[in-house]
Amino acid sequence: MQFSQPVVNEFAITAATVNGSGSQTANMVLMRAIFLMGIPVSGKNLFPSNIQGEPTWYTLRVSQAGYTARPAETPILVAFNPRTADEDLAQLPPGGICLYPADGPWQPRRADIMPFALPVRQIVDQVGVSQRLRTYAANMVYVGALAALLGIEDEALVKAVNYQFRGKPSAIDLNLAVIRAARAWAASEPSPAHGRFRVSRMQSTTGMMLIDGNTAAAIGAIMGGVGVVAWYPITPSSSLIESLESYLPRLRPSDDGATCAIVQAEDEIAALGIVIGAGWAGARAMTATSGPGISLMTEFAGLGFFAEIPAVIWDIQRVGPSTGLPTRTAQSDLLSVYYLGHGDTRHVVLLPGSMEECFSDAQLAFDLAEQLQTPVFVLSDLDLGMNIWMSQPFRYPEQPMQRGKVLSAEDLARLSSYARFADVDGDGIGYRTLPGNPHPLAATLSRGTGHNERNMYSERPEDWQRNMARLWRKHETARRLVPRPVIDLNPQATVGLIGFGSTAPAIEEARDLLAAAGIVTSSMRVRALPAGPEVTDFIARHQHCIVIEQNHDGQLRQLLQLHCPTYATRLGSVAWCDGWPLTAPFVRDQVVMSLEQMRELTPVIR
Amino acid sequence: MTQQTINAIGLTKADYRGAPSTLCAGCGHDSVASQIIAAAFELSLQPHTVIRMSGIGCSSKSAAYFLGRSHGFNSLHGRMPSVTTGAHLANHTLRPLAVSGDGDTASIGLGQFIHLLRRNVPIVYIVENNGVYGLTKGQFSATADEGQELKHAGINQLPPIDVCAEAILAGCGFVARSFAGDAKQVRELIKAAFNFHGAAVIDVISPCVTFNNHDRSTKSYTYGKTYESPLHDISFIPHYEEVSIEYEPGEVRDVQLHDGPVIRLRKLNRDHDPSDRLAALALLEQARAANEFVTGLIYFNERRPTLAEIFRIGPTPIAALPESRLRPTREAFARVMADLVNGE
Repeated sequence: MQFSQPVVNEFAITAATVNGSGSQTANMVLMRAIFLMGIPVSGKNLFPSNIQGEPTWYTLRVSQAGYTARPAETPILVAFNPRTADEDLAQLPPGGICLYPADGPWQPRRADIMPFALPVRQIVDQVGVSQRLRTYAANMVYVGALAALLGIEDEALVKAVNYQFRGKPSAIDLNLAVIRAARAWAASEPSPAHGRFRVSRMQSTTGMMLIDGNTAAAIGAIMGGVGVVAWYPITPSSSLIESLESYLPRLRPSDDGATCAIVQAEDEIAALGIVIGAGWAGARAMTATSGPGISLMTEFAGLGFFAEIPAVIWDIQRVGPSTGLPTRTAQSDLLSVYYLGHGDTRHVVLLPGSMEECFSDAQLAFDLAEQLQTPVFVLSDLDLGMNIWMSQPFRYPEQPMQRGKVLSAEDLARLSSYARFADVDGDGIGYRTLPGNPHPLAATLSRGTGHNERNMYSERPEDWQRNMARLWRKHETARRLVPRPVIDLNPQATVGLIGFGSTAPAIEEARDLLAAAGIVTSSMRVRALPAGPEVTDFIARHQHCIVIEQNHDGQLRQLLQLHCPTYATRLGSVAWCDGWPLTAPFVRDQVVMSLEQMRELTPVIR
Repeated sequence: MTQQTINAIGLTKADYRGAPSTLCAGCGHDSVASQIIAAAFELSLQPHTVIRMSGIGCSSKSAAYFLGRSHGFNSLHGRMPSVTTGAHLANHTLRPLAVSGDGDTASIGLGQFIHLLRRNVPIVYIVENNGVYGLTKGQFSATADEGQELKHAGINQLPPIDVCAEAILAGCGFVARSFAGDAKQVRELIKAAFNFHGAAVIDVISPCVTFNNHDRSTKSYTYGKTYESPLHDISFIPHYEEVSIEYEPGEVRDVQLHDGPVIRLRKLNRDHDPSDRLAALALLEQARAANEFVTGLIYFNERRPTLAEIFRIGPTPIAALPESRLRPTREAFARVMADLVNGE
């Protein structure tokens, strides 16, 4: 095979391995080493709902252009799982490289690719890895081989291994030894695979970090003053709480007593119950869960909305309905979360789409929950929450916490009367008193039952109606307070692409692909519900808008059609959910198809 | 002791009252509510240091009918324990007083009830137990005795859940049973429970006059008055009162509470050692087998730490921590960021 030019800094690697074998550590070393060479990277972990022995894939994208969506094609395959190797090989484009264990049961049988057999056992023996660690060390063999083929610098590998095995000198030595031995062996092995794909030092990642959204959210929550956390383990949200547990002692001293209590509850019902109780008593309280947990939290969400109790609920979305695909990503809880609860319930929902937003929304959610005295949901997903992303370091919050309208005993002493739900300021938000406030006027009995302004039980129609009207006013206040959409307006564009959350990289890359095909677009990333006037304005400015989202029913599109019914027919839909993050070529093709359909159905009169 | 109209903090009994009850005339829950009021008055509780917690049901409604100057939360059916757990963690200086029913505790809320006790949230948890659903008009609850008959529901053929036995097994250190018709015992138990360091459960058989007060009911006034078999005569003795009466040896058992007060148990029909967990369970089992209605302090163990102690929460409640303690310093934050960027 003849190739004229090596591909530099714009390719992807898929490592197909067996879960529980330690391959994720190897993938992290590889990713970080390339990142440390200043080259933009992103990774997608496709893992099974299983502890050990099932197939898992890690796709590492290297992109000097800075694209971070899941790549549509990966020209380098690490085929370390014989069970899936045939299928994996079939995905490899012509001219691709297939690394595989020479001593395993499988060999690639394709003439149009470059096979590269790795003597895994021989290298591991040569380094003298103990029997116990052989399986784990074996994965470092492909890291070393790729270092040779791609030209990953030794200094970057050393730093990456040191980061990955912090505080474990023997593990650092052992893994580096395996990587170096494999690299030396691969460097001297004649193969056309050499130099086909190369990494070359850049300056694009200087000062940046690699982080996942759940860690970003945990650090944000600590900065935002979290005081009580209650949770029940569920993929893909558990690592958010585990990050809280790991970062709390590093960020907040507890010499004078704990500043945060983290309770593993007996289920998600109790988890939100504890959060509601803590929010009622004045602490900043949160939980993190995923779809099935959201279902269980429904009744408490309605109570929180109606009794007007601050709470923060992170939903790290996965694929549903029911247990669904617990380890795959989706954006399919949008409708259920917005309206979670029976009766006329609607909530404030934040929609982060980057690591910085996971961090800042974690703080903002507490501010909004206390300002609006209501549960605030943050919708992340498995792709944002568990995958590793590049990010600038987060900024220290410069604004004080917004603790909302709370009357102290001294405040009450200046008042002649007090009614919990009186709309004194016209924004639908009453004044709270916290339990423990000694003023005789302070005490009320919070309740989910019908109540009047004084929070006394009431079945009177006018009390009910007035209260619901005030809650609607409060929702309008929320509309003004939540983050504005992120809009990139192109004055030439007649087409607008709309999305939210983790699909942003695929949509942004698709816009470049569309532009190359002559379709100029604007884009809007919705950052929160309820949607504001900017959202209507964006839709009004474009002849066609395509709402791109990872669910089956086009949930954001449905909400936007309700939000601005005048423009409902301008909204096309690319709604796709198969558990895998979207790719840019897929989005491009779907947008083109959707536009063709819309132009046939609703011709634009010029 | 003479009847005082003003207590040690200058409040009258009226200051501990709530809204007028809307329960049926003669409801056992109203008797319990008046004993809560009396106990709080006699203990000179600061109303703002108590929180009234309840779920859903007749009993839970009654949270509105006492301690009107205390904050409270009438929450969800069977979920009051989790709300109380959260409130305790946010502000452990507040003392939760909870009223619940047999449906709220033993049916829909059994899981939360047990986990609350397992976590030892310091709560005074009163179960107003009448074996029947009132607000939904006369269905059996999980504490209805086998063979019990209700007008519409027919005959209950399932064994009852024993709230006290469940509480002991869950690790609760203060487990008592009483009868709404035995006002003094209810009151003394509530006073003792308020001074207990940990979760305290009082299962009060509290007749439902509308749906379950008929002659063959084991949760009726007649049954209670006829068959109640108190283990002991209970007196709560605050630490500031001198004990003057002389008793015969073996006649009295004093249970010392951590802050100094004493629960004085004067033996009646039998000798029961409430510090013996197995004896407590055996007592409940024997009473069940013999159809006996045993009341009194069944189990007592004050050794477990509370949830706030397990979490090492300091003297300042989490809810009252200033921003300076809730938000990390610039230096701590910078270190974490540097670590993420450089791995150092």
